[in-house]
Amino acid sequence: MKEEGNLENRPSNTAFTQQRLPAWQPMLSAGVVIPGFLVIGLAFIGIGVGLLITSRSIQVLELDYTGTETNSPCNKCTTLPIQNNCVCKLNFTIDTLFKGPVFFYYSLTNYFQSQRKYGASLDYNQLSGDLTYFKSPASDCDPYRYANGKPIVPCGSLANSMFNDTFKLYQIVNGKENLVPFDGKGIAWWTDYNIKYRNPDYSPLENAFNDTEKPVFWSKPAYKLDTSDSSNNGFVNQDFLVWMRRAALPNFRKLYRRITEGDYKDGLPVGNYSLEISYNYPVKSFDGTKKATFSNVSWMGGQNEFLGIAYLAIGSMCVVMSVVMLIVYAKFRFPEDD
Amino acid sequence: MARENEDAGMAKDAPKTKKQRKNKTKETKTRTVHANTLYDFAKGEENPNRHYANNRIKTTKYTVLSFLPKNLFEQFHRLANVYFVFIALLNFVPVVNTFLPELALAPVLFILSVTAIKDIWEDYRRHRSDKEINHMDCLVYCRAEKGYVEKYWKEVRVGDFIRLRCNEILPADVLLMSSSDPDRLCHIETATLDGETNLKQRQVVRSFFDLDCDFDPLKYNSVIECEKPNNDLNRFRGYIIHQSGRRDALYKENLLLRGCTIRNTEEAVGIVIYAGHETKAMLNNNGPRYKRSKLERQMNVDVFWCVIILLVMCLFAALGHGLWMFQYGDKRPVFDVLSPEGTNLSPIMSAIYLFLTMIIVFQVLIPISLFVSIEIVKICQVYFIHQDTDLYDEETDSHLQCRALNITEDLGQMQYIFSDKTGTLTENKMVFRRCTVAGVEYSHDANAKRIAMYQEMDSEEEECMSHGGTLPRRDSVGSHQSARVVLRSHSTKSHRRTGSRAEAKRASILSKHTAFSSPMEKDITPDPQLLDKVNDCSSQLDFMRLHSQPVSQLPSDLSDIFDFFIALTVCNTVVVSSPNQPRQKVRMRFELKSPVKTIEDFIKRFTPSRLTSGSNNSSSSSLNRSSNKGGSSMLSSPSAESTLTKLNEEQSSGGLEHAFSPAPPSYDEKAFCTPEEGELRYEAESPDEAALVYAARAYKCSLVGRLPDQVTVELPHLGKLNFELLHTLGFDSTRKRMSVVVRHPLTDQITVYTKGADSVIMELIRPPNTGNSKGRRQKKILCRTQNYLNLYAADGLRTLCIAKKVLSKEEYARWLQHHLEAETAIQRREELLFESALRLETNLHLLGATGIEDRLQDGVPETIASLRKAGLQIWVLTGDKQETAVNIAYACKLLDPEEELLTLNADSKEACKLLLEESLHYIQAKFLCSSGDASAKDLHANVSSFEIYPPAPPSSHGASFSVHQLGLVIDGRTLAYALDTSLEDKFLAVARSCRSVLCCRSTPLQKSMVVKLVRNKLKVMTLAIGDGANDVSMIQVADVGVGISGQEGMQAVMASDFALPRFRYLQKLLLVHGHWCYSRLANMILYFFYKNAMFVALIFWYQFYCGFSGSAMIDQWYLIFFNLMFSSFPQLISGTLDRDVSAETLQQLPQLYTSGQNSEEYKPYMFWMNMIDAFYQSLVCFFIPYFTYTDSDVDLFTWGTPITAIALLTILLHLSIETKTWTWMNCLSITFSIALFFTVALCYNASCPTCYPPSNPYWTIQRLLQDPVFYLLCTITPVAALLPRYFYRACHSTLFPNPVQVGRQLDKLPADTRRNILSLSRVKMGSWLSPRPPSLPVGKPQNCVQKDQRSKLAHGDAESVQQGAARPPGPKSCTKNDPLLSEELQPASTKDPSDPSPCSWMTSTPVVAQMDRVQLNLPPSITSPCVAYVRSSEAPLSREQTPPCSHGSEQGAEPALYTVL
Repeated sequence: MKEEGNLENRPSNTAFTQQRLPAWQPMLSAGVVIPGFLVIGLAFIGIGVGLLITSRSIQVLELDYTGTETNSPCNKCTTLPIQNNCVCKLNFTIDTLFKGPVFFYYSLTNYFQSQRKYGASLDYNQLSGDLTYFKSPASDCDPYRYANGKPIVPCGSLANSMFNDTFKLYQIVNGKENLVPFDGKGIAWWTDYNIKYRNPDYSPLENAFNDTEKPVFWSKPAYKLDTSDSSNNGFVNQDFLVWMRRAALPNFRKLYRRITEGDYKDGLPVGNYSLEISYNYPVKSFDGTKKATFSNVSWMGGQNEFLGIAYLAIGSMCVVMSVVMLIVYAKFRFPEDD
Repeated sequence: MARENEDAGMAKDAPKTKKQRKNKTKETKTRTVHANTLYDFAKGEENPNRHYANNRIKTTKYTVLSFLPKNLFEQFHRLANVYFVFIALLNFVPVVNTFLPELALAPVLFILSVTAIKDIWEDYRRHRSDKEINHMDCLVYCRAEKGYVEKYWKEVRVGDFIRLRCNEILPADVLLMSSSDPDRLCHIETATLDGETNLKQRQVVRSFFDLDCDFDPLKYNSVIECEKPNNDLNRFRGYIIHQSGRRDALYKENLLLRGCTIRNTEEAVGIVIYAGHETKAMLNNNGPRYKRSKLERQMNVDVFWCVIILLVMCLFAALGHGLWMFQYGDKRPVFDVLSPEGTNLSPIMSAIYLFLTMIIVFQVLIPISLFVSIEIVKICQVYFIHQDTDLYDEETDSHLQCRALNITEDLGQMQYIFSDKTGTLTENKMVFRRCTVAGVEYSHDANAKRIAMYQEMDSEEEECMSHGGTLPRRDSVGSHQSARVVLRSHSTKSHRRTGSRAEAKRASILSKHTAFSSPMEKDITPDPQLLDKVNDCSSQLDFMRLHSQPVSQLPSDLSDIFDFFIALTVCNTVVVSSPNQPRQKVRMRFELKSPVKTIEDFIKRFTPSRLTSGSNNSSSSSLNRSSNKGGSSMLSSPSAESTLTKLNEEQSSGGLEHAFSPAPPSYDEKAFCTPEEGELRYEAESPDEAALVYAARAYKCSLVGRLPDQVTVELPHLGKLNFELLHTLGFDSTRKRMSVVVRHPLTDQITVYTKGADSVIMELIRPPNTGNSKGRRQKKILCRTQNYLNLYAADGLRTLCIAKKVLSKEEYARWLQHHLEAETAIQRREELLFESALRLETNLHLLGATGIEDRLQDGVPETIASLRKAGLQIWVLTGDKQETAVNIAYACKLLDPEEELLTLNADSKEACKLLLEESLHYIQAKFLCSSGDASAKDLHANVSSFEIYPPAPPSSHGASFSVHQLGLVIDGRTLAYALDTSLEDKFLAVARSCRSVLCCRSTPLQKSMVVKLVRNKLKVMTLAIGDGANDVSMIQVADVGVGISGQEGMQAVMASDFALPRFRYLQKLLLVHGHWCYSRLANMILYFFYKNAMFVALIFWYQFYCGFSGSAMIDQWYLIFFNLMFSSFPQLISGTLDRDVSAETLQQLPQLYTSGQNSEEYKPYMFWMNMIDAFYQSLVCFFIPYFTYTDSDVDLFTWGTPITAIALLTILLHLSIETKTWTWMNCLSITFSIALFFTVALCYNASCPTCYPPSNPYWTIQRLLQDPVFYLLCTITPVAALLPRYFYRACHSTLFPNPVQVGRQLDKLPADTRRNILSLSRVKMGSWLSPRPPSLPVGKPQNCVQKDQRSKLAHGDAESVQQGAARPPGPKSCTKNDPLLSEELQPASTKDPSDPSPCSWMTSTPVVAQMDRVQLNLPPSITSPCVAYVRSSEAPLSREQTPPCSHGSEQGAEPALYTVL
């Protein structure tokens, strides 16, 4: 036997250095692939069916109130001269019980909240209640940073363009309008409301906004967004929070209110309804539309049949592939197997 | 403390010195060195040596201060880095910025700092090793102390005197002033410089030759002028100017080089000439070689395409944005953002800004981490290759070294291998096999058996030898130190480092024992018959000597035997040393006295030992005997005339007598009681020499001492004989022989012993006078010897002829006169010396010939066979002669007995052209013919088209050039013509259709030209493998150079990209590691492109939904770290560890290698396929979430984060599909990546609610993880995205598997089954594994080629001369001989031009000059005709059938034996 010391250069003979680690070589042989495809396909079809059924059970009611058509009740609000606080009413009928809880959304189309500069035009520090940023907002907010020599609070495009239509829903019972109560609490993300956005620590909130200007497009300053409820005022106003969460796609809906109270707890009963819209938000400039949407939700969110269909399609494709492979395999049987 | 102060002072001086040195270069072309002892008291300012570099070496690149700027500067040489920095900086521009600017810098900084850390580490290692070397000790003369004091190496300065002791390493380039050796010699070992383990002699500068006492530096006041520092190790010129104004020339023999080790010399003193970085060793440090692999070149093309794709995407987005802006016109939508100034940006301006923004957003498409990843993967690959125990050689304790780190994958794409023969295919262990003396063959059967036995127990013996060294410890310590110097001197740059440490170790191992002295080479079993004769002979001689009988009475055969062994012993440059005193020369000096013989007086005046001062050969050094020290003045001038006068003076003083006298027996015993017979070590310059000396020793004729002017031989009965060495004409490659002129102690004749290549020697033999019986006998001996030589060559032995010549004193004197003139000539000196040698080496008397076996290395035939099966074309380029080369080629299965052999030997360019055309015709005819009747017209058309053959696609062998069952043998001279620009195309056309090509007698330059030609013209990947200095140029030219770290030194290794201990390791290196490296890297690169494209495309699709504004739904952090962190580990792991086929299968099925040759893993279309797949996958990954969330209240990042996750899953699953072998590391890395993503996402999304503008995905992932839709998306999307690829892969590997996939399927089978399948269905496998259609069946060209029929006539004669040479059964040798000679079984005849014999007009070149001989041997498979085309210069082309007599033997320059199949 040789001494080890004499062979100092001898490489160590381990499985790793000799590249002999125990290994698994997956072979894409027909015997594995065909059953594999079949199993995956069938599983997907199952999921797809489930999703489709769930999606089908969701009710959605969309009301376009853009007012571009002349017969639309809101047409008057889009024609010049534009009046402030233009109010229009949309009447609609619900034929079957709209199961609750009903979510009420407003939808915008062709609206690019996802635009890069638009999305970047805000100051998180300011919105978290840091007073130093009240005085000098971040440069990202340009050109909505200063107005009349005073800093804008909340600054930036995103806040400036906040959606400001308001809605009221009435059920018409025997010619009488019954107000359907809207629940505006908790429509924004919990973290947004509690952590990300904070009002400055001032007892009358108003004072914090001294020497600041309200956003250009806004009719009232931030501290007056909801004067009735101090916990829904300023930066933690639910509508504001919802708006500030940028939509990913140009056609989007945003949650406005939920219908969870009183008689409408179980949903909207059959009947005639009237939606009163205070029409403020201009969409003509970008050829957008505005919609009011009622929807109930399932565990998978709102109505969307796509996912179910996708599962079904992919699942069946897998099955078809396995069949095709079986046929081809049977025809050109691989000679190596014997 | 004092030392430190000095250090500081020197460091301060350094910059100034540099500047001044620069100025000085302009002024003078020489360097003047004064002794520092003269200036010790003057402060540095006056020392004339102050401008020269000191001995401190600094190989580090950086200092603490310069690191950052310098390193950054270097890193920015890489274009990619500049690009990424540009993008990062672009992000600081507010108009176009996308990301948090600091964040955008992160990846670039990361990449830069990783590289910087690597550089720091390497530099630190250099620094440490510098420090170690700088602080080695040496003895420097100090004037103040009047003696030698120890100093650090770094303190040594030019002009210092240093004292060196035995086994010390030289700290600088030193001019030798004094040596303790009585011959004023100093031996150095240069293994660390050139790897040669034999000792080199250096001699004291002439002026200090005669000093009796020790050299006293204080008395020295001469000035040395020499050349500027240069890197030529073999050149040093200058002169020393003494105060008297006398000038003495200095040669390289006077210079001791830094890094060498002093051996055999107790003490030496010298003056430092070059120090530190100006030493030759340091100047020889070339940086590492940066080669770009084929794969990387291909990759760069695709990177370029990526840039194009990027620009197109950006342009598209910019255009889209412009249009999007334009459609709104003057109506400002509320979400439109004005410029910061509140003005309205025109659509065109926004489009331009957006273009830049998009470049930032899409930057990932140009894979920043690709370059880093490739480097990491290659380092890992190199590590694994290093670690492979199969590539480890236990005998030498060395493993494969990758010296070039960046071309591992090229190993998998080789198409042509150019191999050296000696030392590469063979072991370069020269083993004496047999000899013939005076026409009698001594077969040495016992010796053959012994060698056969060694073959079996080879390795064990070797181990004993290398580990059982009896050397004292200090020797090995010394060699380790020297090893460190090698390390130092060869590894200034990072990439060399890994290699050089191993090299150094190897060098140290080599130096532990004498070169060329393995037991196999040493212990020769003598042939009993010959041994008897030798004994008989020497006893007779002894008897004669005692009885004062003239030696000439000895029977001529016995005297031939005696002379034969004397020649073996004497005619060489072997130095003898004794193992007990390592490398200490055995010293034997006989103070010989003998009566002056009158006839010698004349000669004695010309005692040449004093007159050969300028000779090239160091062993013919002009050293005087110690006994002649008295006549000191004779050494003063190198001029011949003055020497002659001096000699005359000397003669008159009557001091010189040396003559024959056997050593007195009593003296003998005293002197040699210690070193027993057999323990002497022989230090030979070439293995052949050693082999012959060992062979002679086996016959008790042993060399016991060699001095510059005397060789001592010990003989049985006769005791020690001293041969006065009068002259040595060293070996050179043009003469191909060496001679020594000695005074024979027994006969007292001046005898010339010549040893050389048989082709040369046989020509110089004095033609026997056929008139008398003695002459007839001579002639018979000649013929027989030639016969045996042919036999030896046929056995693959290296043959050497031994001849002698006795000169009369007058003849010698005449020759000497001429020779001295030649030596002293200023112009045409080399030429004159050559002519002078020619004059001496004529009319020789043939003594005998030896056959030395150069054994094939283990596993060479198998390796060649399997490499060939792998589709590699193997060419052997050797300097050996044709027969030997051909026979070795058969032995190593390079040539196949079944295949035909084309031999090209031409004497002129026209002949060569003709020959090449003929060969083309032949190949065309033969192989077209077999596939049907081809008209002659077509044939010609085809031939002419050879000249402009279409550039074949690099991967495939052109269809018209299917490789046939042909072997091509071409010799050096013909090759020279064939490589001419006008013929090279034809040559290539012929060569590439042959299965194997053998170039014999080729020079190093030709070797590299061949490689270059093939590489450039055929556009193929070439690998050159060799072991000697003569292969260096070839190794450097080839795409991949491989050096064999054999016995011939380190030059080839130094020049190579990979160094192997053995040729057979090439098989695993190429077939396994090459294949793996290539397929791993190719797959990784493709995957990289795919990954980046797929990821970037996601953002691109989003541009349609964000007004082409450059917005991204993927958060900036994910975007930037996706490549760097989340998806990088798995691909690195699989790029390092993936094995498509197991090593066993790859070696058993060499055909699998062709996948690399044809670049099947990474073809240009694959890039585009991958791109298309990437775009498809990204479409799926984008639109499934899109449709899922459309018309919902989803916000940007709640929608974007799932897409990121999906993309990551898809990318990782894609990798899983592409991964062929799963180990726990793959699984771990993929799991880790996914876990890392979610961990980072969770942390990041929870960390800071107000940071990271412009995006802030606070709490997004946390909400997503509670959402079932997220999981549903993550399930379906990757499946949908990968379905097509998976389906394709499944179909492909199941239904139409390519060879590699078949190999994988074989891997799955149990080992036994696999082996059975491999052995049983080789043919079947081959058919579908074969990369090209099976070569055309080799049919017999019965009627298609006319010359075959013609040749039958010509052949009849030749066949009768068949010598029945040992030959594989299939082929037959066809020897063309003079009929007269052939009748007598005399295959050879040599004629002197002055004495023409009937056939001499054909044999010697000068006569044949006007006659181009074209030998084209076309061997049909059964009848073996030889066709000779004789073409006289007048007749342009007469392809007539040659008459029998015209088959003259081709002894002139070309070997007699044309081997034909």
